[in-house]
Amino acid sequence: MSEKNAAVLIDKAEKVFGKDSDRVVALNGVSLTILENEFFTLLGPSGCGKTTLLRLIAGFEQPTSGRIHLHGKDISYLPPYERPVNTVFQNYALFPHMTVAQNVSFGLEMLEKPRAEIDKTVNEMLKLVQMEALRDRRTDQISGGQQQRVALARALAPHPKVLLLDEPLSALDYKLRKEMQIELKRLQNETGITFVFVTHDQEEALTMSDRVGVMNNGNILQIGAPHEIYDHPSERFVADFIGDTNFLTAKITSRSDELLTIKLSSGIEISVSAGNEVVGKDAVTLAIRPEQTTISNSVESTELQGVLRNIVYIGTDTHYHVGIDDESLFTVRVQNIHGRQQNFEIGQNVGINIDSNMVQVLKD
Amino acid sequence: MDKDATQAEEKQNTNLEEVVRQQTVRRNILLTTPALVVLFIAASGPLLVMFLFSFLTPGDYGGVKWEASTQAWFQVFFHTDIFDDTVSIADAHLSILWRSVKLSGLTTILCFVLGFPTAYFIATRPAESRNFWLFLVTIPFWTNLLIRTFAVLEIIRNAGVINSFLLAIGVIDAPLDMLYTDTAILLGMTYVYIPLMILPIYASLERFDFRLVEAGYDLYASRLKVLKRIIVPLIKPGVIAGSILVFIPSLGAYVTPRILGGGKNLMLGNLIELQFGQGRNWPLGAALSLTLLAIVMIALIFYVRSAQRAGAGKDS
Repeated sequence: MSEKNAAVLIDKAEKVFGKDSDRVVALNGVSLTILENEFFTLLGPSGCGKTTLLRLIAGFEQPTSGRIHLHGKDISYLPPYERPVNTVFQNYALFPHMTVAQNVSFGLEMLEKPRAEIDKTVNEMLKLVQMEALRDRRTDQISGGQQQRVALARALAPHPKVLLLDEPLSALDYKLRKEMQIELKRLQNETGITFVFVTHDQEEALTMSDRVGVMNNGNILQIGAPHEIYDHPSERFVADFIGDTNFLTAKITSRSDELLTIKLSSGIEISVSAGNEVVGKDAVTLAIRPEQTTISNSVESTELQGVLRNIVYIGTDTHYHVGIDDESLFTVRVQNIHGRQQNFEIGQNVGINIDSNMVQVLKD
Repeated sequence: MDKDATQAEEKQNTNLEEVVRQQTVRRNILLTTPALVVLFIAASGPLLVMFLFSFLTPGDYGGVKWEASTQAWFQVFFHTDIFDDTVSIADAHLSILWRSVKLSGLTTILCFVLGFPTAYFIATRPAESRNFWLFLVTIPFWTNLLIRTFAVLEIIRNAGVINSFLLAIGVIDAPLDMLYTDTAILLGMTYVYIPLMILPIYASLERFDFRLVEAGYDLYASRLKVLKRIIVPLIKPGVIAGSILVFIPSLGAYVTPRILGGGKNLMLGNLIELQFGQGRNWPLGAALSLTLLAIVMIALIFYVRSAQRAGAGKDS
C-alpha cells in the first residue's frame, strides 16, 4: 500500500464554527493521507468532526486554517462544483422532480458531456446498481434501499476521483444494511474509485474498510487497518469505542527493549510487547478483548480469579461477567461451538486465562 | 407462490384504502356544503346581475331600461361614428385592454424579479429571524391602499422627493416627468402587489430542502444552474400562486392607475368605472366587466396549462 499515491492529503485542517463565546472547534488541526483506490472510513461518535472533515473535502465548508490536496492539487478553497469528488448524502438528497435516470444523468449534463456518452454512462450505472427496471420511476416512488442505490449511481456516474459517503446506510434496516455493505465493497472494487466513508457504526467500518481513522473531539486518534484498530487500539477511547473491552490497571515491574513485565492485580506477572507510549510510567491501563480470554473452573495458574456474577446467553456466544478483586466486572466471551453449555454456576469462583500476546497496553 | 399471495394481499389493502378514501371524500363534501352554498350565491349572484345588465339598454340618467339589446357587447369592440354612423374597431377600448394586459404582465414579472430574491433571502435566514422579515413584508398592508398610492405619488411627482433631491444635487435641470405615465402605474402596482408574490414563494422555499442545493453543487452545477434546474422547478407551485395573485388584481386595478396614471392612462378598471359613472352606460360597463372576467379566465387557464406542461416535460 505504501507505493500507492495519495488521493486526498489533509494538512493540519482546522475548522471553527461561530465566534467568541459561541466558538465551536469542529476540527482540531487534522492531518491525514487517504490513498488511491482505498476504502477509507472515518469512524467516531456523533459530533466528533467526521462529517465536517467530509464536507471540507467535498467543498461545502472551507477550512479555517490548513490545506486540502486532491491528487496533488490544492483544492482547499475551490467551490464544490469545481472539485472532481462526489458525495452520497445521508438522506440521499435525490432530486424529487426528476426520474431515477434523470437523477443519475444530472452530473454528466452539468459537465456538458455529449448526449450519447451520457446515455451510455447512465445505462452502465443503472446496471451497476441493478436499477435499470426502475429508471423512469420518480424518486419518491421507490424504496429506501432503492433510493440508496440511485444516490450511489448518481454520485458514481461522473467518475469522481474520490467518492464521499456520509453515513449512507444509517437509514436502512439491519438486513438491507448488511447487503449494502457488501454491495458498496463490490462497487469500490469494480470502479477502483477511492471511497471515503463516514460512519458511527464500528461494524460497518470494520467490515468494509481498507483503513479506518478513529475520530473524537475533532481529532484523529488512530489510523490503521481494521484488525490493527481492533487488536491494537492505541488509547482507551479507541479500545472502548470499537468492540467490547475489559480495562485493567496494572503496574510495570520491569522493562526491556521490547518486553514489559506487568503485574496484574492478582499478583500474576505477564510479559507483553510494548511500543514507546508508556515510557516513564509505572501504572498502565491494559485493554483485553472478551473473546481473547477463556474461563475455567480451576483457579490455579490462571492470570485472574474472581466470582462469576452473571451469565448472558446471546445465541452465538455466552458472556460471563466475573467480579475480580476490586469488584469491577470482567467479561469473558465464549463461542457456543457446541450449543449452550452449563458448566458454570453463578456465585462460584472461576479463573480467567489471558493470552498475553493479545493484551494491549494503552497510551493513557 | 409466495409472491402471488403478497400481491393478493396488497390488492386487498388497496381496495380497503380506496373504500376508506371514498368515505372520507363523501363526508368532507357534506361538511363543506353550507359554505359552498354561501360562496356560490355570493359569487354567482352579482355575476348573474352583470350578465343580465349587459343585455339591456342604458337608462337616461344611469341604471338600465328593461329592453333587451346587444348594443353594449357591440360597443365593447366596435365604435359607431356619431355623424355618419360608420362602424370602426373601438380603438380606445382595445388600447386600454392592451395596456391593462401589458401592465399587469409587466407587474407580475417585476414582482417575481424583485420578490424571488426577497423570499429567498427570508427563507435562508435563521428560523428565529424569519418572522421579523415576514413582518416587514406585511407592514404596508397596515395602511390603506389609497394612502400608499398617494405616498408613491408624493415620491415621484414633479415637486416630489426624487425630483427635489435630483434638482438639489444638480443632476437634472428640470424635473423628470415620472407621474402620469405607464411607468408610474407599473411602479405603483409593483409596490402594492409585491407581498402577494413574496409570501407564496416564501412558503414554497420554506418547505424546500436546501440539501438539494448542496447535491446540485456537488454534481458540478454552478449557482445559476442550481437555481434554474433545482430551485425554480421545485418552488414552481409558489411562483404560479404568486403570479396569479399579482396578475389578476393588477388586471382589474382601479385606484393605482387612477391616481398615478392621472386619468389619461386608463386601465380596464377605470374604463368600467367610467361607464357606471360619467358615461351613464351601465350595460357597457357590465359587458366590459365580463370581458375582463373572460380575459382573467383565459389567462389563468393558459398559465396553469403551460406550467403543468413545463412540469410534465421535465419529468418525463
